[in-house]
Amino acid sequence: MPKQRIIACLLLREEWVVQSIGFERYLPVGRPEVAVRFLDEWGVDEIILLDISAGREGRSIRPETIARVSGVAHVPLAAGGGIRSVDDVRRLIAAGADKIAVNTVLHDDPGAVREIAAHFGDQCVIASIDARRTGDGGWQVVTEGGRRATNIAPADLARRAMEELDAGEILINSIDVDGRGSGYDLALVERVAAAVHAPVIALGGAGTPAHIRAVLSLPGVAAAAVANMLHYTEHSVAVAKSYLCQRAIDLRLDSAADYRHGPLPDDGRLAKRNEAALRELYFQHIPRETISIRDLL
Amino acid sequence: MSLDVAIVDYGMGNLGSVRNALAFVGLDARICGEPDGLTRADALVLPGVGAFGEAMQQLSGRRLISELERQVLKHGKPLLGICLGMQLLAERSYEHGTHRGLGWLPGEVLRLPDEEVIVPHVGWSEIIVARPHPLFEGIERDACFYFDHGYHLVTGPEHVAATVELGGPRIAAVARANILACQFHPEKSQRSGLKLLRNFLRMCIENRRAAA
Repeated sequence: MPKQRIIACLLLREEWVVQSIGFERYLPVGRPEVAVRFLDEWGVDEIILLDISAGREGRSIRPETIARVSGVAHVPLAAGGGIRSVDDVRRLIAAGADKIAVNTVLHDDPGAVREIAAHFGDQCVIASIDARRTGDGGWQVVTEGGRRATNIAPADLARRAMEELDAGEILINSIDVDGRGSGYDLALVERVAAAVHAPVIALGGAGTPAHIRAVLSLPGVAAAAVANMLHYTEHSVAVAKSYLCQRAIDLRLDSAADYRHGPLPDDGRLAKRNEAALRELYFQHIPRETISIRDLL
Repeated sequence: MSLDVAIVDYGMGNLGSVRNALAFVGLDARICGEPDGLTRADALVLPGVGAFGEAMQQLSGRRLISELERQVLKHGKPLLGICLGMQLLAERSYEHGTHRGLGWLPGEVLRLPDEEVIVPHVGWSEIIVARPHPLFEGIERDACFYFDHGYHLVTGPEHVAATVELGGPRIAAVARANILACQFHPEKSQRSGLKLLRNFLRMCIENRRAAA
């Protein structure tokens, strides 16, 4: 079994990374290249770039955007936003994307999804599902960036995406908790994960490492995707991973920023170490290997 | 000295990522889709993302196969196959039908058994190095690499350089003289992957010095 993953989800609006609140309000963060570079340094496992203005503008996420960030990422990149055809995907892969995420096209043109999977392999396709609570204990899938409601249950769509449309992974996103930072919609994620025998990525609501721990503890959850939470603190990914590893969640750790030996409370705010520990740090030199063949050429 | 490394372009594959990763480690590789361009390379990288059948069609359509065979099998130039690039080395694959591969390694490519594991195998997994090999020098025992595949190569144990635990040991990397390949993506495996690429390049430099 592969390790569970922490995936950074960068939402793009007019080529800027934004924070999203309930799919309605957006706060600007900065340039994607900068965010990608930091996340890579802090040991994130994968990055998904979702262009949330693309679909509405009748286009797909721009290959140039992917090309700009792919140079600075040494982790897999997924691209999503308005993807509708094999040609869209070909351009994105050529620009540096490793996988693509499809959402609205799952409904509007499922045949295109099958074609994409046939050409590029199912491991390249993430079926991205946005869901909203219906108020009677269930959920409904919503498309077009939250603007078009359907009467489809997310678990059913996830099953269909895997079994009939040849997707490789499911990304399940909750509109209700989006941007609130008070935890994932665990019941939704659990329902979808139970419906498929496939990697399920949860998105929406993460605010603290404790929330990530809760979602990664659900059976069948392969990855926790986080968006807004990443942009608030230095080393956010590294702190979250250190917290999770302290609590026996099996993750990959590979960052110079290693907080496992210090106190890490649930809210992810680094507690001050005692004076003796700090004095020791003051004189510590942590060498970092330079991976290069330049001296041999 | 300089080292000429050609990344084989047959229309399928994340060429840019591979080139960027090699550049990070200090080498400017060429992306090359023409048989002539492969001839002067000191070493070759064969990436691959997509379906086996289409990949073989593209390689043959672009007349790359005989030149690859000449450079790798006859002249013994180092080759690194990545992901689909490793699977293509097999005699055949059963991905969407039955397709012939390059046949440089005995064996075949099969779907991962989804009764035993979650397919596709996506994410970071630890690999088990079968025996010491320069390709894995300096890489920690519990190092993780990024995998993303639904099919896997099956070949003789004498060629297996590393395995990954997936409902039983599956091949993560092969090494047969100058032919090296990995199922995972070293260009997407952060520091572990960059170290592997550095090690491959070191092997290429030594190979060139020995040949001179």
